[in-house]
Amino acid sequence: MKLSKTKGYAVLVEPILLSNPVSTAVLGICSALAVTTQMMPALVMALCMTTVTALANVIISLMRNIIPKNIRIIVELVVIASLVILADQVLRAFMFDISKQLSVFVGLIITNCIVMGRLEAFALGNGPGLSFLDGLGNGLGYGYILLVVAFFRELLGSGSLFGFQIVPDMFYAVGYQNMGLMVLAPGAFIVIGLIAWAQNVLLAKGKK
Amino acid sequence: MDIVALIGLAVSSIFINNVLLAYFLGMCSFLACSKNIKTASGLGMAVVFVMSITVPLNWAIAHFLLKPGALAWAGFPTMDLSFLIFISFIATIAALVQIVEMVMEQYMPNLHMSLGIFLPLIAVNCSILGASLFMNERAYGFVESVVFGVSSGIGFWLAIVVMAAVQQKLKYANSPFGLSGFAINMITTGLIAMAFMSFAGIKI
Repeated sequence: MKLSKTKGYAVLVEPILLSNPVSTAVLGICSALAVTTQMMPALVMALCMTTVTALANVIISLMRNIIPKNIRIIVELVVIASLVILADQVLRAFMFDISKQLSVFVGLIITNCIVMGRLEAFALGNGPGLSFLDGLGNGLGYGYILLVVAFFRELLGSGSLFGFQIVPDMFYAVGYQNMGLMVLAPGAFIVIGLIAWAQNVLLAKGKK
Repeated sequence: MDIVALIGLAVSSIFINNVLLAYFLGMCSFLACSKNIKTASGLGMAVVFVMSITVPLNWAIAHFLLKPGALAWAGFPTMDLSFLIFISFIATIAALVQIVEMVMEQYMPNLHMSLGIFLPLIAVNCSILGASLFMNERAYGFVESVVFGVSSGIGFWLAIVVMAAVQQKLKYANSPFGLSGFAINMITTGLIAMAFMSFAGIKI
C-alpha cells in the first residue's frame, strides 16, 4: 500500500492543507496573530502548540472510555492546562528571552479552540495512534499559517528574517522604509485576511 | 493609586490596548457571534459581567495563595506556587461561569434569557483568561485589577458591536471571489483596529 493511501497519512495531511484549522475552520486565531511580529517567537509558539495538541490528543484518547460524558470538558481542560504548564516551564528554563516575548500567549494555548476542538471532535472517538497524528497535523497546520504570517510581517515590518537583516543597507540608503504598520495589530489582521483569500482562490482552482 | 491614573487605565484598556483589536484575544467568539448587533451586544455584556468578576477574584487567588511567599500567613514563607497559575485561573473561570449561570437562572430569569446562552461559550473565551493573565503579568493591585477587568470587558463589547454593525452592511457588498467570509472579516477588523490605533496618541 502506498504511503499516501493510508488512513494515518490522510489524518496527518488533511488538516495541514485542506481543512486548515486557522484559515478555513477559523479556530485559534487569537494567538496566531499576536505572536507573529517575528519568525522566531512564531516558530517556538508553533512547536509548543503542536506538542500540546498531539499529547493532549493521545492522553484523552487513552482515557476516552473511562471519562464520564458530562464532566469531559473539565477533564480536557485539566489535561490541557497541565501540558501547557509543562511547556511554559520548559520555555522559561531554556529560552527565557522568547518566553518573555510570548508572555501570556503560551498560557492562552489552554483556551485555544484548536486543542479543545480536536479533543472533542477526534480524540474522543479514535485510538491513540491516529489521535496523535491528528494532533500533529493540526498543530503543523496552525504552525504553517503562523510562519507564513510571521514571514511577511517580519520581512515587511522589520526588513529581517529570524532576526537577520535581509533587506540590504543600500535599499535604505535610497529611501526604502520599513512598513511600520506590519509590526502593529492591523498588519496582522490584514495579512491573515489576504492569506485566507489566496488560499480560498487556489483551493478552488485545484478542485476544478 | 490616584483617581486620574485609574481613569487613564480605564481609557487605555477600552480604546488603546483593546483586548480584541490590540491583543487579538477572544477572536473566535468575535467572528462567530458578530452576525447581528443584538447577539453581539448580548455576548459583549456577558463578557463585561464575567470579566469584572473573574479578574479581581483571580487577583485574590494569585495574591493570597500562589505568589512566591504568598502563603506566609499559613506558615510557608518560602513556598512558590506560581507555576499553578494557569490551571487555577482556568478552573476559577470555569467554576465561576457555572455558578453565575445557576444564580442568574434562579434570581434573574430575564437576564438569563438574554445572556444565558453565551455564558458556557465564555468559559473558553481567550479574552477572559487573557485579561487575568495580563493582570498577573503587569502586577496590578486590587483596585487596578477591578478597573482593568471592567474596562477590558467594555472594550470587548465595543469592538464586537462595531464589527457586527459593519458585517450587517457587508452582507450586501459584492466582494470578489474567495474574499467573502473569513478573509473580508479579517481585513475589516484590521481597518477597525487601525481606527482604534489613532487613540494611541492621547495622553492622560
